[in-house]
Amino acid sequence: MRITQGCFSFLPDLTDEQISRQVQYCLENGWAVNIEFTDDPHPRNNLWEMWGLPMFDLRDAAGVMMELNQCRKVYGDRYIRLSAFDSSHGWESVRLSFIVNRPKDEPGFRLERHEVSGRNIRYTTKSYAADRPEGRRYG
Amino acid sequence: MPQNELTTSSIPANRRTPPKESDMNMHSMTVRGKDRYKSGVLEYKKMGYWEPDYEPKDTDIIALFRVTPQDGVDPIEASAAVAGESSTATWTVVWTDRLTAAEKYRAKCFRVDPVPNSPGQYFAYIAYDLDLFEPGSIANLSASIIGNVFGFKPLKALRLEDMRLPVAYVKTFQGPATGIVVERERMDKFGRPLLGATVKPKLGLSGRNYGRVVYEALKGGLDFTKDDENINSQPFMHWRERFLYCMEAVNKAQAATGEIKGTYLNVTAGTMEDMYERAEFAKELGSIIIMIDLVIGYTAIQSMAKWARRNDMILHLHRAGHSTYTRQRNHGVSFRVIAKWMRLAGVDHIHAGTVVGKLEGDPATTRGYYDICREDYTPMRLEHGVFFDQHWASLNRLMPVASGGIHAGQMHQLLDHLGEDVILQFGGGTIGHPMGIQAGATANRVALEAMILARNEGRDYLHEGPEILAKAAETCTPLKSALEVWKDVTFNYESTDTPDYVPTPSVAM
Repeated sequence: MRITQGCFSFLPDLTDEQISRQVQYCLENGWAVNIEFTDDPHPRNNLWEMWGLPMFDLRDAAGVMMELNQCRKVYGDRYIRLSAFDSSHGWESVRLSFIVNRPKDEPGFRLERHEVSGRNIRYTTKSYAADRPEGRRYG
Repeated sequence: MPQNELTTSSIPANRRTPPKESDMNMHSMTVRGKDRYKSGVLEYKKMGYWEPDYEPKDTDIIALFRVTPQDGVDPIEASAAVAGESSTATWTVVWTDRLTAAEKYRAKCFRVDPVPNSPGQYFAYIAYDLDLFEPGSIANLSASIIGNVFGFKPLKALRLEDMRLPVAYVKTFQGPATGIVVERERMDKFGRPLLGATVKPKLGLSGRNYGRVVYEALKGGLDFTKDDENINSQPFMHWRERFLYCMEAVNKAQAATGEIKGTYLNVTAGTMEDMYERAEFAKELGSIIIMIDLVIGYTAIQSMAKWARRNDMILHLHRAGHSTYTRQRNHGVSFRVIAKWMRLAGVDHIHAGTVVGKLEGDPATTRGYYDICREDYTPMRLEHGVFFDQHWASLNRLMPVASGGIHAGQMHQLLDHLGEDVILQFGGGTIGHPMGIQAGATANRVALEAMILARNEGRDYLHEGPEILAKAAETCTPLKSALEVWKDVTFNYESTDTPDYVPTPSVAM
């Protein structure tokens, strides 16, 4: 399967040049770009690990690309995403977020059904990979 | 003095009104003292409902009406009558006025302009004191402003065009239960419009069949599916069946994609008790969103908005029925007013037009609605039909929904007209896809992502749109086939509701 979180998951994986153009767009809007990685891509897991702090005051996408490549060297077997934060009043949240690195093999999720009263079912989504300890989930 | 100075910062923002088109606005005719209260009938304009020298207070609610007086009726008198009948007046003088601070409670028409290019029609600006209204009640606001006056005999027609809601009043409302930012955070979806589809056919599917459509559409790449406005609980599918099968579909699609998905479960019902029951069940099943129809009424909408805030639920509103009073330019209530009321009332989504689809929507007017939903401050923009500066005082943003006759081939136009914070709903444009529902959903998602990518790269996506789509279709057969099937589908009809304004302010006097 292919996890389709983030803004561009339905397109072929972005090249570094394409990623760099998106980063430049974010910087020109005054947003701070953050690199995050995880091996627990559950749809409700919003707390991906941070690769350093959001890069405030950056002008050139090259800075982000350099960090991204560093991150890939260490966590290339995991999901990595870029998120752009807008601090403007009334927004103060993410403006753009997209996946820039994936594990080679994406096993996906199991849907567990717990039958309860009547015809009701309680659903739980479980990542196959998350059955293993953190750091040993992919590759 | 050049009229366009009216828009400079020397005038406090809350006092700004459009440049005057004519010199109809002569002095007060109000009868004062003992004579004012002599028994009998007095013209409204002499009773204190026409006060051209009145300067609206920061805390006043201002309404702009389009007044069409009967032949021979003085427009000033007609406008004063509207002010009177929507506030304190009755047809004759009453002495009991004198027991009250009547002058404060009288709505004051302070300005009347002929409508540009529309003989016999007048824009009347009317100010209402804040004390005329119960805090936090759309029912009370609307009962005053549109309660009685629309059937008033001396008028041929009457339309409420726009309202300025003072911050003091805005702050008495909850506002959208969730708001655009929090909805995006909960959905974990940023940087692009959300995608939805209304399940079709709107009537007749069993719960099991219905769930099938929801699953296919969500798995294929949509973020949301939606019940139609008239899907409630009918013989072919009772509501519990629908909810159960829909939530199976949502959860299955969520696991298949790793993305948060939702389906708007319509809880509209005959009584509040039934609606609460349905909403509670939706929550119990883990739905992130429920839906109501505009026809349930303002009070019911506000109740459901409070319920939604208490229960972490996104609240979708379908504007069922609105065209009966919003569509004709000379009579009724403009949709921009309904949008303002609904932002106060506290819904999270509202259908606000597509521009390019099958339903009514002039581009400039629609832009005005979208601004009202999404901005924290909407400045006066006559070209968009917005007559007042409006501060929203950090009330949550309301997500507009574009639905009805749109398809993947229009993606560049949709993005250009409607921007990023919008839900694009392709019902037929998903379910009618020749390769199936999943393929239809995928076509829409790929088209959207390709367009956002191109826009962010700085490309002239509006003009290069067809090229960008064709390129994306090279690696996406579903998109290729969608572009082929719907390539000639457009809905080009003349709008019935376009803004009336003079593009450049003229120099007066």
